[in-house]
Amino acid sequence: MIKAILIFNNHGKPRLIRFYQYFAEDLQQQIIRETFHLVSKRDDNVCNFLEGGSLIGGSDYKLIYRHYATLYFVFCVDSSESELGILDLIQVFVETLDKCFENVCELDLIFHMDKVHYILQEVVMGGMVLETNMNEIVAQVEVQTRMEKSEVKLSRPSG
Amino acid sequence: MSPSVPLQEMIRAIRSARTQCEERGVIQRECAAIRAQFRQADNGGRSHNLAKLLYVHMLGYPAHFGQMECVRMIASPRYSEKRVGYLGAMMLLDEKQDASLLITNSIKNDLAHSNQYVQSLALCTLACMGSAEMCRDLAPEIDRLLRASNSYIKKKAALCAVHIVRKVHELGELFAPAARSLLSEKNHGVLHGAVVLIIELCERNPETLERFRKTVPDLVQIMKGLVLSGYSPEHDVAGISDPFLQVSTDPWAHIDKSYLCSIIKKTKKTCTNIRDILSVVATNTDSTKTVGNAVLYETVLTVLDIKSESGLRVLAVNILGRFLLNNDRNIRYIAMTSLQKIVGTDHNAVQRHRGTIVDCLKDQDASVNRALELSLALVSASNIRSMMKELLLFLSSCPPELRAHAASGIFNAAERYAPSQRWHIDTMLHVLITAGGDVRDETVPNLIQLITNASELHCYTVHKLYRALLADISQQSLVQVACWCIGEYGDLLLRGDCQETEPVQVTEDDALDALETVLQSHMSSPATRGFALTATMKLSTRITDNVDRIRSIVSIYGSCIDVELQQRAVEYNALFKKYDHMRYAMKKSTCPQGELLLPPQQPANQVRYVDTKSRPGR
Repeated sequence: MIKAILIFNNHGKPRLIRFYQYFAEDLQQQIIRETFHLVSKRDDNVCNFLEGGSLIGGSDYKLIYRHYATLYFVFCVDSSESELGILDLIQVFVETLDKCFENVCELDLIFHMDKVHYILQEVVMGGMVLETNMNEIVAQVEVQTRMEKSEVKLSRPSG
Repeated sequence: MSPSVPLQEMIRAIRSARTQCEERGVIQRECAAIRAQFRQADNGGRSHNLAKLLYVHMLGYPAHFGQMECVRMIASPRYSEKRVGYLGAMMLLDEKQDASLLITNSIKNDLAHSNQYVQSLALCTLACMGSAEMCRDLAPEIDRLLRASNSYIKKKAALCAVHIVRKVHELGELFAPAARSLLSEKNHGVLHGAVVLIIELCERNPETLERFRKTVPDLVQIMKGLVLSGYSPEHDVAGISDPFLQVSTDPWAHIDKSYLCSIIKKTKKTCTNIRDILSVVATNTDSTKTVGNAVLYETVLTVLDIKSESGLRVLAVNILGRFLLNNDRNIRYIAMTSLQKIVGTDHNAVQRHRGTIVDCLKDQDASVNRALELSLALVSASNIRSMMKELLLFLSSCPPELRAHAASGIFNAAERYAPSQRWHIDTMLHVLITAGGDVRDETVPNLIQLITNASELHCYTVHKLYRALLADISQQSLVQVACWCIGEYGDLLLRGDCQETEPVQVTEDDALDALETVLQSHMSSPATRGFALTATMKLSTRITDNVDRIRSIVSIYGSCIDVELQQRAVEYNALFKKYDHMRYAMKKSTCPQGELLLPPQQPANQVRYVDTKSRPGR
């Protein structure tokens, strides 16, 4: 099970946080800080799996992360997930973002946080992997975006 | 009332704040505006307000006043509002909040909505934060969706069912039939969801596991289809047909091994199929890409988890060995992790890859830690010399946090498999020279014991230690052992002839200089000074010309600020003055038991018991 998905930048500012297990708000922020602390210390030439960090609970979990330009994408998973599979999933997610935003960069995530959440919802649901086919994900996201846009157009004369 | 600012503008305002205080100010103003907006009746910008609140929540500011707004938005007929309302519910609500119960009805309605995207919103939210009561209420709905809907909804319903089963175990019974029928779906997303659901059902209920055993041939067929189907554009990632599906169609990796053993024993036919399919996957998967390796790895884990026959296990271990040579350090890491888990059960198979594993010790990375554990586990009587060379090399260049572990591992291995006493002593000395600061406290008495027992090596040992002492007096354990040896075997040191090493002329002054340097150095700990002082005293019986020098050294320490040293010095002084004739009791070697060898004519109650061995570490 994926316990949390965190995206933060090189200075630890959160860009997207999604917890699939309940944590109180202050604990969430603490987890983000702790995860940033662990991940930012890593060299670029070590492996992408990290154990350690006790806040998220138990010894059964590890952090699988990837560093893209100014952003860290961190998935906190327990032992039932395949590490290499999750590593690949992060790549799929980022490629999907790239397709949806056209050459995605950190600014896109900052200003369109909600859209990123909607895309993520097509990839991971309830802490479990939902879909791994990038084209499928992008197609579904586009339909939903169009639906939302058409609704706004309809309401414009009156709103 | 300031007009509500669109999301992007608020973000820009927050980002332009130059200090934390300014940022808080901006956010407080925005939150006040949002609160006011929530209180007003329906306006066009409702979804923007909630989106703004979620952004603020992500930064760590309180947002609980938005909970009721989420409930209202979810009930709205507009898709844009529902969407952000559900997102807000997943971020702000949890089952402990009362507000979460209020959305149960909305979810129920939305699950039956004509628009599949509305249905999917409801499913997603239920799967994220559905409480036990909500799950009980809505389980029949989910079951219906599992059977009769399109594949987009089915795959989401399947994962939602997994969440329900985790919350309310008894509901597993409800979903079992639907799960069974989902296995015949063609859509890979649905198939994946079905497999995850089945795994969850089997984990919760052993009876369900019994029933699903019968599906194992079906699963094997599916796998076969995937492996042999060749290139399929919609379903593949980098040429491998749906690696996630292959990965999860190994449900055995999650199922209790004991059940599987009995299945395999009963149904030999199935066994052959499993073995065949696993070997086919293992040998035909392209391992040049991450996805291929993910599949291979899961296959290997499965083989090792179920009681496969040894040929297949060796194949699995060989794949892991190949992974160790991969350029990708992630692959090396997971291979090392798996090898560590099986080194106990498949020791011989892992031994074949010892060379590769030991090479990994030179890696600059976290996988190094595992290589150390694994290497230590692979040490045996036959490879001890070559392994020790590698381990000592590792010790001299390993990261500081691993040194203590490496040192104690080396000591254990040396103790178990040392081919000769001299080799053992040499190895321990080497460790002390390289990493003396990181060894455990009992190393010093252990080494002293070892040296004492190797009587024919005393001369060799004391010469070697003397030279080490001259080179470096900063490693406390080494210095302590060296001082003890010089004190104990000083006569051998001064005699100068030794068959095993080059002879070197050591005068009494040289030996005393060395000990005095230790005594006076700021690097020496109090314990080390204690060793040096005792050694100096012992030398007084082994040398002839410089007894006065020793007497003066010892008397200086009679006023030392360290209480322990002072006490010793005073006692030794007393030995010099009043009990000079008994000083020669120190001449005889003190065995570890601290036996005092008395000249027979001294009455017992007049003798000062000087046990130089029992106080080494204090």
